[in-house]
Order: sequence, then C-alpha cells, then structure tokens
Amino acid sequence: MSKSREAKAAKIRQLIETEGDAVNTSTRGFNEGRYEAVQSLDDYEGLKADARAIKEDAIERLPDLLDQLRETIEANGGTMYIAEDAADANRYVREVCEDNDAERVVKSKSMTSEEIEVNDELQSADIDVVETDLGEWVLQVADEAPSHIVAPAIHKSREAIADLFNETFEPEEPLETAEELTMFAREHLGELIEGADVGMTGANFITADTGTMALVTSEGNARKTAVVPDTHVAVAGVEKVIPSVEDLQPFIELIGKSGTGQNITSYISLLTPPVESPTVDFSDPDTPITEGETDREFHLVLIDNGRLAMRDDDQLRETLYCIRCSACSNVCANFQHVGGHAFGGETYSGGIGTGWEAGVEGLDSAAEFNDLCTGCSRCTTACPVNIDIPWINTVVRDRVNHGEVSEVDWLVEGLTPDEEPGGVSLQKRFFGNFETAAKVGSAFAPVSNWVAQSSVSRNLMERTLGIDARRELPAFQRETLKDWFDARDSRVQNPTRTAVLYPDVYTNHVQVERGKAAVRALEALGVDVVVPDVRSSGRAPLSQGMIATAEDHAHDVYAGLAEYIDEGRDIVVIEPSDLAMFDSEYEKFLSEKSFERLSEQSFEVMEYVYGLLENGADADALAQTQSEKVAYHSHCQQRTLGLEGHTEAVLAELGYDVATSDVECCGMAGSFGYKSEYYELSMDVGSDLKRQFQTDETHDRTVVASGTSCLEQLDSLLRRPTQHPVELIAPGR
Amino acid sequence: MSTGTVATFEDSLERLEVGWTHTSPSELSAVLREVCADPTVGVELPYDGVELPSWVNTDPTPADLRAAKAGVTGVGIAIADYGSVVVQGTPDGTEPVSLFGDLHVAVLRESDIVSDMADAFEWVGEEFRSGHDSAIIATGPSATADMGALVKGAHGPKDVHVVILDE
Repeated sequence: MSKSREAKAAKIRQLIETEGDAVNTSTRGFNEGRYEAVQSLDDYEGLKADARAIKEDAIERLPDLLDQLRETIEANGGTMYIAEDAADANRYVREVCEDNDAERVVKSKSMTSEEIEVNDELQSADIDVVETDLGEWVLQVADEAPSHIVAPAIHKSREAIADLFNETFEPEEPLETAEELTMFAREHLGELIEGADVGMTGANFITADTGTMALVTSEGNARKTAVVPDTHVAVAGVEKVIPSVEDLQPFIELIGKSGTGQNITSYISLLTPPVESPTVDFSDPDTPITEGETDREFHLVLIDNGRLAMRDDDQLRETLYCIRCSACSNVCANFQHVGGHAFGGETYSGGIGTGWEAGVEGLDSAAEFNDLCTGCSRCTTACPVNIDIPWINTVVRDRVNHGEVSEVDWLVEGLTPDEEPGGVSLQKRFFGNFETAAKVGSAFAPVSNWVAQSSVSRNLMERTLGIDARRELPAFQRETLKDWFDARDSRVQNPTRTAVLYPDVYTNHVQVERGKAAVRALEALGVDVVVPDVRSSGRAPLSQGMIATAEDHAHDVYAGLAEYIDEGRDIVVIEPSDLAMFDSEYEKFLSEKSFERLSEQSFEVMEYVYGLLENGADADALAQTQSEKVAYHSHCQQRTLGLEGHTEAVLAELGYDVATSDVECCGMAGSFGYKSEYYELSMDVGSDLKRQFQTDETHDRTVVASGTSCLEQLDSLLRRPTQHPVELIAPGR
Repeated sequence: MSTGTVATFEDSLERLEVGWTHTSPSELSAVLREVCADPTVGVELPYDGVELPSWVNTDPTPADLRAAKAGVTGVGIAIADYGSVVVQGTPDGTEPVSLFGDLHVAVLRESDIVSDMADAFEWVGEEFRSGHDSAIIATGPSATADMGALVKGAHGPKDVHVVILDE
C-alpha cells in the first residue's frame, strides 16, 4: 500500500477504535429519531419543498435582503457589519469587546464562530472566552475539535467526560453520572455567565423584515447568553438571511426532526435585538432587574468568507441552502462509523461539509475527506432542503481531480479511454474506466481471473491502484449476458409488453446469471425482451468524480436506447445504481426532454415485475414457494428512489417470508470497499448488516440483495450464498 | 379554538412529561401554592382580573432569580401540536423569570391555545410587526444529551408546569 494510503487507513482505523462506538450510538439514534419524528408531519415533502423554495429565493435575492436587513437592524437600534473574511470578522468582534472593556465573553454554540476561530482572537487580546453549550464546553476543556456539527462532543463517552472533569476540576466528590456531570456544568457555567460582559451567539436564521434572529437550542444557554449581559454579538454567515418571520415556520418544524430526531428543540429563541427584556446584572445583585440599566447594545456580524463567491458558483450554490441540521451526517453509513474527525475538514463535517469546506476553506480541506462520500444518496431524502449532497461531493471530487496535475499526466491522458484531463489518480481512473477492464476480463476469462487473483498481481494492484488485496475480485465470465442472449431465440409469442433489458457492466460480464434470470422471468410474464449493445451508464466514472466522462456515457446510453424507447419498449434495469443514473444524475447531462423520456420509461427489474403482476400477469409463471424465508437487503440508491417495497411485495406475493435489513448502506458502495485506504471502514460499516443477518430470526434465511456491491459485500460478510431476488423468482432456475 | 385543540395540547404535554392543571382564575392561587416551592418569582399576568398571590415575588433582583425555585409567567400563545408555550420578552422580565428557576410555571388562557405551527407563526408575525418582537417557543424543560444521557435542566428549568385558565 502506498504511504499516503497507509496513513489514511491508519487514521481511520484509529478513529474507528477510539471514537467509532460513541459516534455510532448517537448518530444512529438521531437517524432513527428522524424517521420517527417526520412521521408526525401531515405533509413532510410539502414542508421540505417550502423550505427549499424560501432558501432558493433568499439566496437569489441576497444582496437586496442584506440591504433590507441592515435598514431594519439599524432602525431597531442595533448595528450590522458584513465581514469579508475571518480576519475581518474577528477584528470587529474584538473591537466591540475592547470598546466595552470586556473581560469575559460567554458564547452559545456557533459553527460559524468555529469557522473564523474567534476564540483565538479574543484570547490573544486577553479576553476570557467561555463556551456555554455543554458539548462545546467539554471540547474547550479537552482542547479538542467538534466531531459533529450539532452534537460536537458525540465522540466522547460519558466515562471520558467524567475523567476529564474529575482531572481538571478536582471536585470534592468524583463525578460519574450524566446527571452529576450536567449539574456540575450548570453550576460552573452559570457562575461564569453571571459575570460575563458580552454574550455571543450564532443565528440559525435571520429575517430581513423584522431583524429577528432564530436560535435553535435545547439547553437554555443561548437564552442566558443573550439576556444576561448588556452587549450581544451575533455571528452568522450571510446565507442565514430569509425574507420574513413567517418564513421561519417550515424550518422550525423541520430542523429538530431532521437533525437529532426531536420533534422540536426545547427552545426556539426568536429575538429581535436589542431585546426589551431587562439585563440581569449580577454585580448589583440586590437591585430589582426592572430598575437596572437596560441600555442594550447589539451587533450582528454577518460573514462572507467565500459565501458570496459560492452564490455565483452554479455547482456550490446549493450548499448555501444548508440549515446545518446534521441529517446528512447522521444518515451516512460512513459517518456513523468514523464521525467528523475523519469525515470532516477544518470546520465542517459530514456530507454537506464538503461543499462548505470547498467554498469557505478551499479545495484542499474538502479533498481531505471528500472520498468518504460514496454517493449512496441516502442523505438526499433526509435533507430538509432537498440538497443534492452527493452531487456536490462529485463536483468537488472532479475539481480536486483536475487540480492534481502531475508530470506524467500528459502520458496517462493520451492512453486512457476517458474524457478527463491529467490529474485523476490511477486508482480513480481504473475504477472510472471499469467497463474497459470488464471487456478485457471477459474476453480473456478464465485466464484473466487466474492472473488477476495471483499474489503477484494482487500486490501490484495494491501498490499501483490501491486495490486492497484482502478483497476478492469479481470473476469475469467468458460468455457475457449479451453473448448468451444473442445465441438464443426469442421465446415469447403475442407479447403483452416489449422491453429492453439494460446490460449493465456487472450483469453483462460478472453476475451474468442474474441477467439470464431476469430474461427468463420477464419472458415468463409475457414480455418480449431484447438485450442490445449499450454503453455502461457512467456510474463508475461519476463515482470517481470524472464528470465529463460520465456525461459522455450518458449521451451514448441515450443514443443507444432512444430508438427502443421510440418503439415503445420499456427499459428494465437490474442494477439500482444504474437506474439511479437514469432517474437522477442524467438530468444534469441530457436535454430535459431526453431525460424525461428515458427516466419515465425506465424501471428497476423487480419494480417492473411488480407492475406486470399488478396488471394481470400470471404469478404462477414464476417460481413460487411454500413460505421460504429470505433475508433481503435493498440497495441504498434503490431505497432513495422509493423502490424497496416493490421487491418485498413481489416476494411476498410469491409466498416468500421476507425480513428486510434497515441499515442505510452495506458499506461496499461500488469501488469504495476495494480501495485499500477504505477497506477496513467498508468492513466496519458492513458489520451492521452482518449483525442483522445473523440474528436468531435471520441466520438461516436465504440472502438476497438488489445491488452488485451489496452482493459482493454480503459474500465477504457471510458464509451463505447470495443472489439477486430475480434469480429467486425466475422460472427454471 | 376547539376542545380538540385543548385535548391535542394535553396529549403533547403528556408526551413531554410536562404536568398541567385546569383551573379558574379564582382557584389560581391554590394551584400555584401546590406546584411552586419557595422562593417563587413571577411577573404580573397579562390577563384581566387574574392576579398572582402575594407570596410570589414580582419584582425580583438578580439574587432572587438565582435563588428561585419557581418562576411564574403568562405566555402569548400555546401550540397544541407541539405542547409549546410562547414566552414573550417583556420589559418586566418575563424571559429571565421563566428561565432561572428550577420550575417554570406557564399560565395561559384556554383561548390562547392555537392548533399548529402555521397558526403560531401567523400570530408571531402580527405581534412582531406591532412591536412585541421577541419570544421564546419553549417546549418542555431545558435538556441536554451532551453528557452521555438525556438530562433535564442543563441551563434552564428542570421542569415545566402549565396552568390552563378555563374561561
């Protein structure tokens, strides 16, 4: 393994061991909470669409809204400052504190303040800064960085926090329980708040019409931070501005549910500073609060720091819609296993973290963790503002690829069958051009398989391509699906429908049996099937951030299928990640009309079978069972498309007893699990699925899975044979 | 507002493990005596003909806030779907009084319960544009899970009790 890959693998291994369990428990809890909480909404999708529309509009009109907000804030008696970058913001905040002779600033949680590192600035000016959010305070005491954008200390167990507090503060009685730790922090921080001169908060949203900021919290520290001292400084990104107070409603309903799975957090502070509430001056403890001085000072510091450039960037703009709820972190299988210390950059972590880091810090910081997004797409439906997070990760990967130009690239460029300029790593090029490898592999099978599996080859592959030697390689079949199909006659007289079975690379070259089974199943249900020679979907290069190559595939695939669509043939796809290309990513590559035609005409194979049965096809033509028990793992992108239930329904109708896994992803994710730097993480993620299929209830069930990667991963996780569900139901198996 | 809304509000409070009492204005003192420990601070209630008993300190100092076991306030509205009370920021100190004690007692009129968040924001919008422009949507007690398990009372009240005045 190369040194940099070994270093990356070692870092991930260490985080899995030290922080993985704590992160896993919390994030999965949040994620399950989200599924439950959103069910209470009458119209979840409608609310998300509203939230999305408000953000789109706000970012579109941002310069005008900022002008309006400035007028409002100034009319209210506060000041607004737009800081160009972190240094500018820090200077302004420091000067406000110095003007007030502040000795102590108390802060409520704010990722934006982490981004600019304002604590360092204030401390270097001899101003004491105290984080009052309990999680942030733990990290301040421990001198560690957040591992999660909402719950910053989730990587620390209760025991670790107790040790930290007992060592640092030496309380009379050692602290142990969560209750004791919390009450200790409440006391300690309560006193520090009482003596604070300035309160600093973030802002989740700011409304241009009234100058109201919304703070989403649960502890009450933000309330105390804003109400006790007479000077309030709020620090937020410019993208937090929305037009009106009423626009807050969908966000307030979505943010807690999406993030930590809470119906709503304990406190939504809607503050229009300077607020009318009296200050609480503990240095004058015996004067009634209503008689004290209530001359409040308020500064809103809005930070650009790259955001206005992101607004002008057609690909990164969507990032600005992010409300920092953390849903994309919690739903992400990789994040669940390593947390933000691996899956994060300078400040931001998780799926959307890539967009933030690319825009705010630069590509280098984003490149650190961008590969941990496998494009599984589970975050796209979890995101309350419908951000296409995998796409942002793909774009950033593409830009990183293009940024890494080395001297040999002109040579590689001339020799590779893709559309990419130099800079793409050999590893990414290999996986991105998998179709080429598969063609060669089948042509020379089985010799190619023997050669590939030899220890000499595996060592070479590991060193040059970073393909982990512990991972079994796919075995290419000499007779491809297309060869097999071409050598036989059509069996259907008077077909009820006509269809194309799309020969994806894996089905055509490796898992040929599932392709044959699909043909048999469709024909048994009265469908006339053809298997044309069509290029691979482009999923493989897209996963490697090779966007131009993927787009080239898209045009070829559409050209290859257009005539069949004109003939009225349905396009049936076995591999869910390829169907997801047709249904989602192709929207970015094809003309609107072409995209719609292909997408509307394409079906996942079991979805198609379901449709045939619903429309009167005879289920007796398929393989029935007397309650055979199966353990089914759907595919991440298939679930995002809402197509998991169709497989379950077909299997149930044919008499199968189905138990379905509920892990977000198997961990394999195409090429991800093959890469030597990620192999161990891939297996760690897979362990969740393994556990679900080894319970008393599931350990002797027949294992079926829809995705190529999932089947490969299950093969390495379990000792039972695996198959695609269509192999189970096809006649004459 | 229908009886359905009140029932929904009560269901939400039940889910939040927040206690509530229905009472009449004349019985309020007795109810407060039952739920509040001494010392109790408060702000005068904004409802006609409804007064706080004299043992509630309605002119608290910072020291009183620090020592308070309970804080009694009125609220703008309550939101049935969520079990939330909307505490308005007022010059007489509703915000700190509702925040510092171990228990927040929120007193509201039955007619102030709105059904859902959309209705709540309609009210918030009108209030804010008319100048009453700060409020806390408070739902259950202060809470944190940052110390390894859910604990009530991180910085704010450890408990909430809602008193619903029948009309």
